[in-house]
Amino acid sequence: MGRITLEGVAKRFGDVEVIPPLNLDIEDGEFVVFVGPSGCGKSTLLRLIAGLEDVSDGRILIDGKDATDESPAKRGLAMVFQSYALYPHMSVRKNIAFPMKMAKVPLDEQNRRIDAAAKALNLTDYLERRPGQLSGGQRQRVAIGRAIVREPSAFLFDEPLSNLDAALRVGMRLEISELHNRLETTMVYVTHDQVEAMTMADKIVVLHAGRIEQVGSPLELYLRPKNAFVAGFIGSPKMNLFSGETAAEYGAATIGVRPEHIGVSTEGGKWKGRVGVSEHLGSDTFLYVEDTGLAETITVRSDGEVRLRHGDTVWLTPNEDKIHKFDQGGDRID
Amino acid sequence: MARAISRNSKIGWTVAAWLVALIIFFPILYTIITSLKTEQEAIAGFDLIPSFSFSSYETVQNQNNYFRPFMNSVVIAVGSTLLALIVAIPAAWAMAFSPTKRTKDILMWMLSTKMMPAVAVLVPIYLIFLRTGLMDTRTGLVIILMLMNLPIVIWMLYTYFREIPGEILEAARMDGATLRDEILYILTPMAVPGIASTMLLNIILAWNEAFWTIQLTTTNAAPLSAFIASFSSPQGLFWAKLSAASTMAIAPILILGWFSQKQLVRGLTFGAVK
Repeated sequence: MGRITLEGVAKRFGDVEVIPPLNLDIEDGEFVVFVGPSGCGKSTLLRLIAGLEDVSDGRILIDGKDATDESPAKRGLAMVFQSYALYPHMSVRKNIAFPMKMAKVPLDEQNRRIDAAAKALNLTDYLERRPGQLSGGQRQRVAIGRAIVREPSAFLFDEPLSNLDAALRVGMRLEISELHNRLETTMVYVTHDQVEAMTMADKIVVLHAGRIEQVGSPLELYLRPKNAFVAGFIGSPKMNLFSGETAAEYGAATIGVRPEHIGVSTEGGKWKGRVGVSEHLGSDTFLYVEDTGLAETITVRSDGEVRLRHGDTVWLTPNEDKIHKFDQGGDRID
Repeated sequence: MARAISRNSKIGWTVAAWLVALIIFFPILYTIITSLKTEQEAIAGFDLIPSFSFSSYETVQNQNNYFRPFMNSVVIAVGSTLLALIVAIPAAWAMAFSPTKRTKDILMWMLSTKMMPAVAVLVPIYLIFLRTGLMDTRTGLVIILMLMNLPIVIWMLYTYFREIPGEILEAARMDGATLRDEILYILTPMAVPGIASTMLLNIILAWNEAFWTIQLTTTNAAPLSAFIASFSSPQGLFWAKLSAASTMAIAPILILGWFSQKQLVRGLTFGAVK
């Protein structure tokens, strides 16, 4: 079981309130991703759940029990750190065994769990090595192994993939997702990468300046962002946001159109502009259109066949059904 | 062409480096050479070739038993270092892992005590030693040398502890380690190289200390530094014997230093070189 409930949890460092009181429910078995720009308080929130920071206000319930004042180890949670935080003087085997040694798990049981974890994480051949002799991806797997053997009620991940190169990151992303499917244990995952959030999460929590901007499934956030911040943050490339006259036309203070919801034509359309940079990815083409008079650049996602070059004049037409409208305060208008 | 120039400059630098090293090492080398001369040769003037006479060593050993001051040096250097570590490890630990606003000030204050010349506190310390019966005892020297070197030991350990990433200790805490487990299984093994360098450097400092050891001892607790000094008086100057005594005094620490060069360099640079 791994149900985590935050009730009015707040964190202040001196006079600075990094997290104003917030409420959040994390259901048993859910994969929840905290996402937001750097400094938004997502890591702090995770550390509050872990017990590595004390809450200034509010309560943290784990499986219905008040864990606010419990020590980190007593909360039954396991954490994977950004820097892996492996013990450099211990072999992989000893690293993985450490939490069990602390919990005084019998030796044969320790070995059984180590072997199972090593097999699942492809670490069997590396058990006698030191962390310094492993690659980044292997170190990350050791850190995950050390978390698994504790059989925790929930896993906490603090930007675990940010130190890996791009190719490895995609692989590890899949591995963590598979692990979640297999173990069906609650996972709370912090990242600033919205692609990781979209691909892995059952539920995304978008944080901004310590506040929860929106909680929902990836598609909910993508299709119906609650405000302009979430609209701009979720989705890659970013949503185009326009204010002023263009927005007023639609009865809003700000409107947003995703790059994939803008049609491009060389003959005619709603907005005229010039192609600045065009990125050909093969499957897609990203056009950065300038001189439209609406915004500095408008990003358009087009199909891979488009052959437009720097300086070409183009006409853009937004898909009217897919325009998001926001009021003066940035909140969504339906 | 470029290759030739770089090779020439390489040779030039190598020669220069050897020269500088030789100049720095020369006093020690000349002491060793002089110790192998007879007393007549020693006062005869500058000469790099000794007659390889071991008579000075024999005389030194016969007149003043070498092993007594040697044992005193070992006890004082090792004792004061261990005592300093026992005090400094928890102090440095607290400052490195639970710093307060005043931590930096405390560190500076500790170091500032080293800025005062030792002679300034000679009279009060001399009197304290006299009244408490610590004069000319190993215990007294262990205490005073521990106190003298404590600021440097704390400062060095603090620097080493600061290098241990906080996340590793947090991981240990998540893994269920108590404070005791954390110190025993994680921190100490990771800090061992740093503690070892600190220990070595401090042993050398204590071994070579020649102000307090000479002022506060006469015969019973006199270590090797006082042993050397005793050859400059009162019988007059006997260069060969003095050199032999010096060579015997520095030999153990030279050998120790030779075998632990790597740790020492790390120690002397306060952990800046990895």
